[in-house]
Amino acid sequence: MTGKRKCKDNFVLVLIYLSAFFSETLLAAMIVYVFVRGFSAISLPFLTSVSSVLEGTVGIAGNIVNTLYIVVLTLFIATPIGIGSAIWLNEYAGKSRGVRLIEFTTETLAGIPSVIFGLFGMVFFGTTLGLGYSVLTGALTLTLMILPLITRNTQEALKSVPDSYRSGAIGMGATKWYMIRTILLPSAMPGIVTGVILAVGRIVGESAALLFTAGSGYLLPKPGTGLFHKILESGGTLTIQLYLSMSKAQYDVAFGIAVVLLCIVFMINILTKILAGK
Amino acid sequence: MKNMKIEAAAQAIFTVCAFLSVIAVASITLYMIANGVPALFKVGIKELLFSTVWKPTAAEPSFGILYIILTSVIGTAMAILIGVPIALLTAVFLAEVAPKWLAAFVRPAVELLAGIPSVIYGLLGMMILNPLMYRWELRLFHDSDTHRFTGGSNLLSAVLVLAVMILPTVVSISEAALRAVPQELKSSSMALGASHVQTIFKVTIPAAKQGIITGIVLGVGRALGEAMAISMVSGNGVNFPLPFASVRFLTTAIVSEMGYAGGVHRQVLFTIGLVLFVFILLVNIALNAVLRKGE
Repeated sequence: MTGKRKCKDNFVLVLIYLSAFFSETLLAAMIVYVFVRGFSAISLPFLTSVSSVLEGTVGIAGNIVNTLYIVVLTLFIATPIGIGSAIWLNEYAGKSRGVRLIEFTTETLAGIPSVIFGLFGMVFFGTTLGLGYSVLTGALTLTLMILPLITRNTQEALKSVPDSYRSGAIGMGATKWYMIRTILLPSAMPGIVTGVILAVGRIVGESAALLFTAGSGYLLPKPGTGLFHKILESGGTLTIQLYLSMSKAQYDVAFGIAVVLLCIVFMINILTKILAGK
Repeated sequence: MKNMKIEAAAQAIFTVCAFLSVIAVASITLYMIANGVPALFKVGIKELLFSTVWKPTAAEPSFGILYIILTSVIGTAMAILIGVPIALLTAVFLAEVAPKWLAAFVRPAVELLAGIPSVIYGLLGMMILNPLMYRWELRLFHDSDTHRFTGGSNLLSAVLVLAVMILPTVVSISEAALRAVPQELKSSSMALGASHVQTIFKVTIPAAKQGIITGIVLGVGRALGEAMAISMVSGNGVNFPLPFASVRFLTTAIVSEMGYAGGVHRQVLFTIGLVLFVFILLVNIALNAVLRKGE
């Protein structure tokens, strides 16, 4: 090898290492910065009270509850649909033209930006169906957004179940639905759960699709029937509150929420790792 | 008999679930067209798409969105130009160069970058990038009379945020593509006397071209559609997209004005949404073309 070639090669290698360490240091710097700036904002009252001028409190309890509402409600709607869709694609459809159409629309759905989902959710669920700015509007909008994620992960999981399981069950006289319920779904469960957890990550981090659908309410639901009514009331998630705090230059609150969000992201990351290892 | 009924019901329910995605895409398309097209005729297609004056709330309003479209196009292109080389080299690092233990250290970091909510990118861009940009701006334009100072909220800040945000997408898909290149191909190249680096750039990357392009196209989609991360760092003025100008993207125009817009203004915001939607569909078609070529 000539000296010039070696020199050039080494230069490229240095570039490769630099690029790799760029993401590494960037991530570390971002995390450290957020924690340093946000840690002082985190306190028990911050996490358990609602911002109120009268009482002089600053807190994000309402936003935490809203986030939980949206996560649970979205998953409640989207998970059965996503799993059902994957079952049809993998177990019933064969290679019909419908499959290609559905796979194409699933791809398209996955590529649509969240701000477009927001616009659609606002006019369709909010105006046409008359749900206004509410937790339900937000959850329905996000359902469309995470549907591809759940469908695809379930499909992958179903594909990895060996065919012998299917023929074995059918051969023993099980009906198809019985076979799916008792053999396929339990075997595919880790993959399905991974998809659901990834969806939780998407929902928790989402903001543009929620701004004009779920709105920015930050109050806690009233006990009793209020818990149910909350679904039809406006509810801003943590990300929305972060955005609003940022635009009002309340940076302490913004960084406090950022710390909470990062912790959730870490937990989700670790959970998926554990599941993938299984 | 009862079993047969349950079977039929199960199949019917699954079929409905599956076709919901078709219904969803169809109704999103319909609603975007139904809400986005009226303004095109009210304002005039030429007036709306090719005029540069954006004064939606003036006494004599003007709804030219050309600069907004250009900002999204140029901003995305710049983010790709900056982000893709770094992402590609990182993918090469993970797939070809790094020892296992080091890759096991870098890969989770890239994955975590993908998981960080976009508002946090926005917050950090605003607190870290914008002041930095302002310092550069002061130095570069200190004797210019024409430059309008932005305080650092400019196109360049937004582009840098976007470049970081597309990294994970491009890295993970390129890495998978590089790993799928058969070992024999690389070994033959090495046996012919090429160095490791030569093999990577002359053999492995060209062989993985398809997957890398897929990653880049997905990155384009991600950058075009990002809203919250850049709405706070880009300044929000409607200007020609120069690096140090305060600019407004298609996405940030919607996010920042939808809250209070009414009448024609609101309809124009839907037209902006429609333009974005058309761009995304084009990206999708490009993606499908790339994928089909590989089959």
